[in-house]
Amino acid sequence: MTATATTTRKVAIYGKGGIGKSTTTQNTVAALAEMGKKVMVVGCDPKADSTRLLLGGLAQKTVLDTLREEGEDVELEDIRKLGYGNTYCVESGGPEPGVGCAGRGIITSINMLEQLGAYDESEALDYAFYDVLGDVVCGGFAMPIRDGKAQEIYIVCSGEMMAMYAANNICKGIMKFAESGGVRLGGLICNSRKVDNEKEMIEQLAKQLGTQMIHFVPRDNDVQRAEINRKTVIDWNPQAPQADEYRTLAKNIDQNDMFVVPKPLKIDELEKLLMDFGLFDQ
Amino acid sequence: MSAKTPDPQSVKDELLKAYPKKVARKRSKQIVVNDVNETKEVPEIGANTRTVPGIITQRGCTYAGCKGVVLGPTRDIINITHGPIGCGFYSWLTRRNQTSAPNEEDHNFMTYCFSTDMQDEQIIFGGEKKLAKAIEEAYEIFKPNSIAVFATCPVGLIGDDIHQVCKQMKEKLGINIFGFSCEGYKGVSQSAGHHIANNQLYKHVIGNDTNVPEGKFKVTLLGEYNIGGDAFILEDIFERCGIKLLATFSGNSTIPQFERAHHADLNCVMCHRSINYVADMIEKRYGTPWIKVNFIGAESSAKSLRKIAEYFDDKELTEQVENVIAEEMEKVEKVRSEVYERCKGKTAMLFVGGSRAHHYQDLFSEIGMRTVAAGYEFAHRDDYEGRKVLPDIKVDADSRNIEELEVEADPELYSPPSEESIKALTDKGYRFHDYDGMMPEMTNETLIIDDISHYETEKLLEIYKPDIFCAGIKEKYCIQKNGIPCKQLHSYDYGGPYAGFQGAINYYKDIDRMVNAKIWGMVDAPWAGSGKPSLSGEYVRA
Repeated sequence: MTATATTTRKVAIYGKGGIGKSTTTQNTVAALAEMGKKVMVVGCDPKADSTRLLLGGLAQKTVLDTLREEGEDVELEDIRKLGYGNTYCVESGGPEPGVGCAGRGIITSINMLEQLGAYDESEALDYAFYDVLGDVVCGGFAMPIRDGKAQEIYIVCSGEMMAMYAANNICKGIMKFAESGGVRLGGLICNSRKVDNEKEMIEQLAKQLGTQMIHFVPRDNDVQRAEINRKTVIDWNPQAPQADEYRTLAKNIDQNDMFVVPKPLKIDELEKLLMDFGLFDQ
Repeated sequence: MSAKTPDPQSVKDELLKAYPKKVARKRSKQIVVNDVNETKEVPEIGANTRTVPGIITQRGCTYAGCKGVVLGPTRDIINITHGPIGCGFYSWLTRRNQTSAPNEEDHNFMTYCFSTDMQDEQIIFGGEKKLAKAIEEAYEIFKPNSIAVFATCPVGLIGDDIHQVCKQMKEKLGINIFGFSCEGYKGVSQSAGHHIANNQLYKHVIGNDTNVPEGKFKVTLLGEYNIGGDAFILEDIFERCGIKLLATFSGNSTIPQFERAHHADLNCVMCHRSINYVADMIEKRYGTPWIKVNFIGAESSAKSLRKIAEYFDDKELTEQVENVIAEEMEKVEKVRSEVYERCKGKTAMLFVGGSRAHHYQDLFSEIGMRTVAAGYEFAHRDDYEGRKVLPDIKVDADSRNIEELEVEADPELYSPPSEESIKALTDKGYRFHDYDGMMPEMTNETLIIDDISHYETEKLLEIYKPDIFCAGIKEKYCIQKNGIPCKQLHSYDYGGPYAGFQGAINYYKDIDRMVNAKIWGMVDAPWAGSGKPSLSGEYVRA
């Protein structure tokens, strides 16, 4: 058993596909790094694009590819690259679309990281972030929240209906693992899509789930501009107002002390919420 | 053995007592006291349903039924198990199905074990490439004429398309290559695997040889697997009778035999459960009728030979068959009458397979032994109650999971026997494509148990104390620890052949030796009974 630094906060980011998990994670991690925190990001998506903005491009060789090519002889340095603000970047990787089992890949690569001591006390990590693909479709994608892995989860969502459905569904998964392990929900991150009453609706959803909206990230094209430059907003333009939004989100996460077992909504409750806010005439 | 047989209804009640209510209700349908009326109707039995989790079952998996049972005994095809190594290794030569290639240079791959040996890497990234490579490698080394691929559980989970790989490799290598989606979890038992095997043999092999083979009285033997050399005995009998055996599915078989099987005049079905699908499909497409035969037991063998001769209605053939029967029965009778004296009145139980629990009762009755309880491991209701119940069998979701092929008459090759010849036979009581099942041929008040559990097995041994119990390797030693000999009817232990006339002689002798051995009365544990250990001692003080 490898010793784990008790001070490392392990955070998993979930949310509907395309909601902006990777973008939000990397921008937040950049803000944490700016605050002087030591952070490792573990991308758990076969596309291996969770660390692109921190590394300035798709430069990372994935854990699974390394394992495949090097055999048993893998060193931590082979699979971990330094990115913006001395963050450690790891990509789990996985099969091409339509073949094999990506879920099993995540299990294998997280085990490999543990075996190699990526979480050891000597690494002095303040944070380890897991950026997980879309929905918790099978056991493999739940790996980061199994007992002893991530203790806190943030769900990225927006006021769009399907994003809220997905957030609620993820809460069901968290509930299952919260019962057997120590994982807790830290809050919802609203990545705005400029939907009517979005902030109020997500605040209400968070309340009903028993959690909080930890930050409302407004929509800003600077995020897109930074991405085109393969950078986080803070890296690209530290003075941009959007950079401050991510700094606030990072600060809120750093100071967060509200960790709950979520109470998922029934479908009719969720639909009522949408009706109450979505059809509200401004 | 006590002369009095326990009351089967109270035995049933006793067996069910230990189960929770819901389990007891389910098992209650699968435990039936036999009651045959004048029209040979029997009570309904529950069969081919899921085993309740927690029950120790005899059953095997779909992969075992497909690769191990049906395709296993064919010597000239390379059977590649696509999966982690265990599935391939533990299905390697474990059934004692023998084979005999006529010439040294003929292919015989049965002594080899082929597997893609899937590792974590193939589970994650997909195993299709490794499979293609394995096929190529097997071809390079052995130059077979056909290769089959068998999917194991993980292959189904990660979605490797084995059929596409087979198709591509078939084009590339120019030999017959086909796959079986026989993932272990697919059915309620190995029975699903038999069906999958039948379907693919029909689709990819049967009918490939268009040359009409020479010879008269052409038949196939379906559902004979050459355990312990059974097929060798039957091949010899058929030859002496002048019956041309085109193919056996699949004891001592080759792929070219399967490819020409559709040219037969008559298909003879031994194990109805594992192969009736092929018999039905050949009949629909080519018009070849099938009959049920049984070559286990001397009398049954004679009856089956006469049934074949009757079909062809040829004086010379009938005479030759009678000659062979007379010659063989003389040898059989010598041993049988002697063994009969020592075995008569003794009791047997058979819990095995999908036809063996029925067929072997004939051998026991020939030496005066009674079958007091019997049941199948993976059979369906028609194997118990007869094919007449087929229209009433509820097709559940588990069965629907297995592909049912749509078969139509071949526009060129469909040539059934003339209606008059069929009518002439059926008027005399001759029956085509029919099987009465096990229960109508058993006596009343016998106990029929489907998918018997370990608990029920031990309870039966305790209550009935039968003289012999026939089952498989999983049960064997538990039974023998109860002081009762167990004959394995999957592998025949180290014995056999038991088919045909010489097989009957072998069986009589083996059973005689087992049920009359005194050793079984002495197997109490040394510490049981007297309360004193058989050995004792004390420490030497220094």
